[in-house]
Amino acid sequence: MFLINCPYCGERDQSEFSAGGEAHIVRPKQPTELSDDKWAEFLFMRKNIKGVQLERWNHTHGCRKWFNMARDTSNDKIHAVYKMGEKPPIK
Amino acid sequence: MMSKNLRIANSNFIDQTSRISFKFDGKILYGFKGDTLASALIANDIHLVGRSFKYHRPRGIMTCGSEEPNAIVQVGNDASMTEPNTRATEIELYEGLEASSQNCWPSVNFDIGSINNFFSPLIPAAFYYKTFMWPANFWKLYEYFIRKSAGLGKSPTQPDKDIYDHRYLHCDVLVIGGGISGIIAAKTAAKNNLNTVLIDDKNNLGGTTLFQQNECFKINNSYSNEWLKKEIETLDSIKNLTIKTRTTLAAYHSYNYLLARENLTDHLDLNEKKDKIRQRLWKIRAKKVIIATGAMERPLIFNNNDRPGIILSSSIKKYIDYYGVKCGQKISLFTNNDSAYETAISLSNSGVSINSVIDIRDKSNSLIVKQAEKLGIKIHWKHTVVNTNGYKKINSIEIMKLSDDGTAVVGKKIKDECDCLGISGGWTPRVHLFTQSGGKLKFRDVDNVFLPDKSELDQISIGSCNGDLELDEVIKNSVNSINKFLNVNNNDYKNLEIISSKEIDKKNIWLLPSDKPFGKTKPFLDFQNDSTANDIKLALREGFKSIEHVKRYTTTGMATDQGKLSNMHALGIVAETANLKMGELGTTTFRPPYTPLTFGAIVGRNVGKFFDITRRTPIHDWHVKCNAEFENVGQWKRAWYYPIENESMHEAVQRESKAARDSAGILDASTLGKIDIQGSDASEFLNRIYTNAWSKLEIGKCRYGLMLNEDGMVYDDGVTTRLGENHYIMTTTTGGAANVLGKLEDYLQTEWPELDVYLTSVTDHYATVSICGPNSKKILSKVIPDLNLSDKEFPHMSFKNALIDNIKCRVMRISFTGEHSYEINIQSSYGKSLWEKCFEAGKEFDITPYGTETMHLLRAEKGFIIAGQDTDGTMTPVDLQMDWIISKKKYDFIGKRSLYRSDTIRDDRKQLVGLLTDDPNEVLEEGAQIVLETKKQPIVMLGHVTSSYFSPNLNKSIALAVVKNGKKLKGQKMFVPMKNKTINVTITDTVFFDKENKRLNA
Repeated sequence: MFLINCPYCGERDQSEFSAGGEAHIVRPKQPTELSDDKWAEFLFMRKNIKGVQLERWNHTHGCRKWFNMARDTSNDKIHAVYKMGEKPPIK
Repeated sequence: MMSKNLRIANSNFIDQTSRISFKFDGKILYGFKGDTLASALIANDIHLVGRSFKYHRPRGIMTCGSEEPNAIVQVGNDASMTEPNTRATEIELYEGLEASSQNCWPSVNFDIGSINNFFSPLIPAAFYYKTFMWPANFWKLYEYFIRKSAGLGKSPTQPDKDIYDHRYLHCDVLVIGGGISGIIAAKTAAKNNLNTVLIDDKNNLGGTTLFQQNECFKINNSYSNEWLKKEIETLDSIKNLTIKTRTTLAAYHSYNYLLARENLTDHLDLNEKKDKIRQRLWKIRAKKVIIATGAMERPLIFNNNDRPGIILSSSIKKYIDYYGVKCGQKISLFTNNDSAYETAISLSNSGVSINSVIDIRDKSNSLIVKQAEKLGIKIHWKHTVVNTNGYKKINSIEIMKLSDDGTAVVGKKIKDECDCLGISGGWTPRVHLFTQSGGKLKFRDVDNVFLPDKSELDQISIGSCNGDLELDEVIKNSVNSINKFLNVNNNDYKNLEIISSKEIDKKNIWLLPSDKPFGKTKPFLDFQNDSTANDIKLALREGFKSIEHVKRYTTTGMATDQGKLSNMHALGIVAETANLKMGELGTTTFRPPYTPLTFGAIVGRNVGKFFDITRRTPIHDWHVKCNAEFENVGQWKRAWYYPIENESMHEAVQRESKAARDSAGILDASTLGKIDIQGSDASEFLNRIYTNAWSKLEIGKCRYGLMLNEDGMVYDDGVTTRLGENHYIMTTTTGGAANVLGKLEDYLQTEWPELDVYLTSVTDHYATVSICGPNSKKILSKVIPDLNLSDKEFPHMSFKNALIDNIKCRVMRISFTGEHSYEINIQSSYGKSLWEKCFEAGKEFDITPYGTETMHLLRAEKGFIIAGQDTDGTMTPVDLQMDWIISKKKYDFIGKRSLYRSDTIRDDRKQLVGLLTDDPNEVLEEGAQIVLETKKQPIVMLGHVTSSYFSPNLNKSIALAVVKNGKKLKGQKMFVPMKNKTINVTITDTVFFDKENKRLNA
């Protein structure tokens, strides 16, 4: 069970949070101009890497804010948490 | 009544003045306070406590702790409190304890199943997998008999009456294990101002050192146990230190999150347990963790090594030194290491006669062996036990000399009479918790042990669980590790003078040879699951190579003890047979819990009405009073229907449905999700969320909206009302409310943070009373006389603020039934009085309360969908024939682009249609398949029924369905094949009743 450092509330138990999949997938500004393939890429294609992955998380049972997290999927180590709109602090 | 005197007088840990009576297999026996069930049974000369799982061989107590594979008993005989599969070695004796053997019938002494033992050559590894594979349809028959003969204990048949609890605990340092190294660690941490918790699964601290009184193990000129006793005495005065005994660490997760089960009343007398919390599950967050869980002794694997009376050597020592109980009158010991000599010396000092020690090594010159020799104990060097005799209890062993390479036996057989055999195959560090936490192990060749290597967490292992098996190493290495780990400098243990016997000569043979050929022997590996070394070799011959596969195929290590005693030997035999190095083979993974947890401890107080939240509307009590049956919708209890006298559900729903259309009906709609939306960009936000356009909606008007997922599929629906320029109230489905709010927040925070919009869930803040039917207008005019209800002033799909008895409320003229209808929203606390007021006003019109079932029926007559019933996450608005709700003008909304993907524009998608049965009285089953052709196989399934009712207003059966290419099939005859008949149906329009919507304005 992770201990997650919510950027707004501080360290809280994982049970207060929910995961929201891969981060930094921006909704296209002009979806109507995309080909089926390009739209499908936005809609369906997600990475599932072994190693540090950038993910969206929501403090569902807390401040209800969305934020991003850099988590190593091989050992669950959280390398960084950062607010929506901020650049990932690590590569 | 004791047949033999198996107690010695001088135990420091057992109160021999307080006698306790208990029952085992129906027989009344006596023990003392401080005994475990196991020690009390042995003191009563009872060794046979169970039958083995597969062959039903007699099995006895083998250990004194959590690794016990055999002495698995059922405790209690109350239908709600009985507990199966508990270890007799861990049950503290209490007045009134009742326990019984498992896996035997009719009794442990005469067990019918033991016939399996004679057929054992016919029951090899994976016997069940191989035999009951065919013929496949016989499985039902096989299963009955297998289930009957399989399984260990009996489950309780009544709900558990005990109270269980959960608590959180935060600390700087958690020390797991209160042996000598754990005590040093806890003391060091606490003295350095760290908030420290020390837990141990026994009822007192001290581990095995607590009863180690031997010339070969001394600290500062005292026996090690005396030195430790003084250390323990000082713990009470230390601040920052919490000690929890009878607390078992069950699971060690990442981020130093741990679960521990504390036994609070299991050791108390039957009459003292009442009304107290039985067990508490601690959820621990520790900044640092020190694992000091010790090591456990290994058995030896030789022919017939499973008879009652064969006990781990260190356990025999604990029974004599701690409990004051003799495991036998004439004991032999069989070993490959020095520790059995400690047992021999303890026994000899307590006056128990020792036959001999059989040691597979050529020699040993350590301090402890010399001391044993000095006491005149006979040692057979380089010998092995090749067989044991005695059915229900061991009575003799057969010994032979080992060949030089250890693979065979030579010379003459010696027969030795004994009533107990102690075995010691060396030590296995308890690395279970370390591996549970994700730590990786390394292998040490010299004594064949896996040791903690790398860990990602802030933790260390110290003492014998870290491979330090000698007293001086335990202390010196632990002190160094602790100082480094905690970054402190504790000099209390720096200059101790320690005497410790050192083991120099080591030898190990995983599977000991016998004079009998290998196939004729029974060398047991996993005692609980009854698998032998032969099974392992068979699995290897049959081509299994991975240890994980061998384990599953033979079930070695898969019993309730998780192979605590068997895993190392299984690995060893696989490595030897496959000619691999032990370290390269890897290990199996230990999973939580370390010892089985009760379900009670896991669920804690979340049982019965605390299992989940129950949400009730403010009008709930009225529904109860009026005999409503309730339906669960998410966490809500909704009135389902209101039967009068002996009405069936069908009769009640038919009556309610008719009344609502003939005169007036009243529905509690308070559970609908309500989201208050404000902000200067509220209209723009709704434009992006819903498929239709919102900017031009006038203030005071309502509009129905469909919400899609980004993939174009319908997600939720509801009516949204514009209350002001920048103020809307959105309704959602009852079950979808929380998810819709979450989804809206997600888009606002992540995709469109520039929008000025504020969302507030107000579902619980308003009660909603819905009145429908041709007389609804008359009723409302009685309830709110000053409100102008003319169609011009208050048309369909509009809203008015109003006052009822000076209480503000919102009235919407909207309809889910197709009738002229109003929804009144009022502050929750006034919900019930408003409902009663409306009901009173409606009495002259026979206003009829109706529930969710009638609501569903009425809307189906109108062809209105229910998101989640007529949709399933694969339906677009076009599939629902709701093209009219998709704005053509809007540039974008959630899901728009997906509405013209190659897949969503296919003609032959499943589409929503109406269905009429040829026989108007035949009501279809929801979920029934729809086909066009019943003769030609395979039959192509074209769709299924999503909603189906008998309509009292049309006097015929109606249904909604999704059918492939359904839009173009209007008038098409189709079939619904059922189990014993085929129903003829015709595809129709989805609207069955009042197609012109005349009644909305009636």
